[in-house]
Amino acid sequence: MSVPFVLFFVCGALAVTGAVLVIAAREPIHSALALVLVMVALAVLYLLLGAPFIAAVQIIVYAGAIMVLFVFVIMLLNAGVEERTDFSAIAKYIGLPLGFVLIFWAAHWLWRSQAAAAIGTSASIPAASSHDLSVELFRQYLFPFEATSILILIAILGALVLARKEQ
Amino acid sequence: MSIIPVSYYLVLSAVLFGLGVIAFVFKRNIITVFMSIELMLNAVNLAFVAFARAHNQLDGLVFVFFVIVVAAAEAAVGLALVIMIAQNRQSLSVERMNHLKF
Amino acid sequence: MPILDHLWVILVLPLAGAAINGLLGKRWPQSRVNLVAVGSVTLAFLAVAELVREFWQLPSEQIPFVGNYFTWMVAGPFRVDFTLQVDQLTVVMLLTVAFVGMLIHIYSTGYMAHEGGYYRFFSYLNLFMFFMLTLVMAANLVVMFVGWEGVGLCSYLLIGFWFLKKSAADAGKKAFITTRIGDFGFTVGVLLVFATFQSIDFGTIFQALAANSVSEATLTIICILLFAGAVGKSAQLPLYVWLPDAMEGPTPVSALIHAATMVTAGVYMVARMNPLFSRAPIAMLLVAVVGAVTAFYAATIGLVQTDIKKVLAYSTVSQLGYMFLACGVGSYSAGIFHLMTHAFFKGLLFLAAGSVIHAMGGEQNMMKMGGLAKKTPITFWTMLIATLAIAGIPGFAGFFSKDKILEVTHAGSSGNLVLWFLGVAGAGLTSFYMFRLVFLTFFGEPRYDEHHIHVHESPKNMTIPLVILAVGSIFGGWFAAPHLVGGPDYFDGFLKPVFSSYAPPSMSEAAEAGIAPSPASELLHALTGWPVIVAVVGLLVAWWFYIKNPEAPKRLATSLHGLYTLLLNKYYVDELYRAVIIRPLLWISTNVLWHGVDEGLIDGIVNGSARVARAAGGRLRELQSGNTRSYATWVLIGVVGFTVLLLALFVTGVH
Repeated sequence: MSVPFVLFFVCGALAVTGAVLVIAAREPIHSALALVLVMVALAVLYLLLGAPFIAAVQIIVYAGAIMVLFVFVIMLLNAGVEERTDFSAIAKYIGLPLGFVLIFWAAHWLWRSQAAAAIGTSASIPAASSHDLSVELFRQYLFPFEATSILILIAILGALVLARKEQ
Repeated sequence: MSIIPVSYYLVLSAVLFGLGVIAFVFKRNIITVFMSIELMLNAVNLAFVAFARAHNQLDGLVFVFFVIVVAAAEAAVGLALVIMIAQNRQSLSVERMNHLKF
Repeated sequence: MPILDHLWVILVLPLAGAAINGLLGKRWPQSRVNLVAVGSVTLAFLAVAELVREFWQLPSEQIPFVGNYFTWMVAGPFRVDFTLQVDQLTVVMLLTVAFVGMLIHIYSTGYMAHEGGYYRFFSYLNLFMFFMLTLVMAANLVVMFVGWEGVGLCSYLLIGFWFLKKSAADAGKKAFITTRIGDFGFTVGVLLVFATFQSIDFGTIFQALAANSVSEATLTIICILLFAGAVGKSAQLPLYVWLPDAMEGPTPVSALIHAATMVTAGVYMVARMNPLFSRAPIAMLLVAVVGAVTAFYAATIGLVQTDIKKVLAYSTVSQLGYMFLACGVGSYSAGIFHLMTHAFFKGLLFLAAGSVIHAMGGEQNMMKMGGLAKKTPITFWTMLIATLAIAGIPGFAGFFSKDKILEVTHAGSSGNLVLWFLGVAGAGLTSFYMFRLVFLTFFGEPRYDEHHIHVHESPKNMTIPLVILAVGSIFGGWFAAPHLVGGPDYFDGFLKPVFSSYAPPSMSEAAEAGIAPSPASELLHALTGWPVIVAVVGLLVAWWFYIKNPEAPKRLATSLHGLYTLLLNKYYVDELYRAVIIRPLLWISTNVLWHGVDEGLIDGIVNGSARVARAAGGRLRELQSGNTRSYATWVLIGVVGFTVLLLALFVTGVH
């Protein structure tokens, strides 16, 4: 039982717990916090996978900005307890079973997949440094990078326009 | 063993994704539905990173980077819309937002 | 050769007359309509006369003279040109049709003078002349069929001329539909001819027939099918039922169409197709049997009819039977000869009957006539001459032609005693009922109210054609007279090339081997033969029944009540057809085709598809519930399905 394994299982368990809590929580704010838990657990897993930059981005951007935004909005709108209404027939009889099927079937298949098992994650491979990542970003993926910046700009403008009150 | 097989990560990713789908289908609050989308995206990110590590290539990480960025943009705009709808309807229930029906 | 090079002129003249009168004649005075109608037909007759003169000068290699005017349709190997031809048979038919047609046009100016729709009548009559001339001059089966159908159309239009009268409209429909049945057989026959000979042109067919042998079975079927058309058009058993009803039309129509010309089209067709018929003995036998039986059968019905026109109608059916009998035993020229003389005397009979009806102010029932001889002398004498002709009294036209027919039936190479017997019996009956007609109409005391009906002779434009036709009824048969004294039969000789050019070898030999007795015995034989005997007997019996013993008919009718009723009701054939054919057909049309197929199937498909579309739409639109979660579920289902598919492909691809 080496450290990576233990860490993996612990973080994995945390992530799954968080996800279940997202579903099970009564109040949206509890769901949001559970989601933050998931993200933090995933960040640790990224570290384990040798992607420190991504882990940092995950914490800073995802958990630190996006989820904060979610929390803000929930607070702003005073989203209270969800009312209980009936599921639609489709959701009740097909959606839920299908969801479970999806999970278990994919997991099962993945578990048994030989191609995946053959490729392990070796600890001997060095972690991907930020240097290497940024080299990739600014060379091969320059165009998508710039396009994404424009995308963010548009998103900012869009959010501004939408959220503004009518004068 | 110090090698964690990729399949472990993929299983975890699948489980998270499935839970995200279930949340998407069954939650009534629109914000919660949005959060379930984020959960699904995270699950996919995990898969990407796992494969990037397995094939020892950086492309998976770059993709994750972009996914996070786009998720941020999407969340911003989406929540702005949610605010508008919520102020319009005084309700955050998905059930109430059914005006695209026949 | 002006006319021979422009044969189409003969056709265009009456067609133009029909068009002008039909389109412009509505407001014209009768005199102008007359000018156009009678003028066009007279010009056509003059053109025919000129044609005959030119034809006479043609060397025999150029006969038949063919004029090809335009290509009508070409469809692969099937080619139809609008081609007209003139040979001896055409000349005979043209003269008959044009001459009698012209006379009847003149007559109609008098008869129809007080009728409404005057211009329409003459337009239809001219149109009929156009189609009949087309039929007669056609050089191939399809152009002949155009004429065939066209005269059927005009017959329908003219029978139903007074279309506001239901019985007239029904009679027109009956004529058209009944002849249609025959025409169907004719069409199939034409198709079979094309299939066998790859051509529908007479010359080509006959040459092919002479050059190589076609199977007798095929020829028999073709001939029977073509004859079916003749049975309809020429009113033989079993398709004769329309002709008596056709008397609803104006009398000139009955004279022209249902006595002299249209109904003879069937006989002409058989004569024209003689090379085929001569090589199909079974078909010939059928023709002869149908002809003889019809001749006798129709004569029996004519014995007791009371409407003057109905008697003449059944007489026409009977005489047509004689023409077919002649063709059926191989003597086509005898059949055509009788056709020509029949045109004269039957046309005259109908016109005279029309004159009587006109004189009686519309009365057609002979039982209500009587004693008209002194009041309408011209009508009386001409009708008497025609009756003598039809009865076959020697010296008149009918004698020569009918005698010839009965002789070839008796003694020819395909002679048949049963048919001869039917023919002779029919002749006797013919004589009887025709003289009955004359005696009832013109002799005895008037059986009508003389104060209400003022009988007067008809105007000149009606009586002059009567006189001309009477002359024809006497002298029209004398072409064959020299034959009886040992000389040549001019008529037969004239037509010989038509009937022997392509005749099968067996036939021409038999014709040569006919008996040639000495001139004197031939004449004596003719004058004392059975046909003459029964004709005279018929005259005497009619005289006894209707002049000497007016009470005798009634007594006979009551004592033979069953037979009398049967004959009076025309053997109940119309009722039989109605029950056996028409009622089931109507039932099928209403229940199976209308309710079943049209309403059920076709409307069902149309309305049903609409219903299905609406139902499907109604269910499908419920997917758009507005419920985001069910949308999400559908997306999930799609995703799962897609993933499964991909993985399945991946797995099968890898392994």
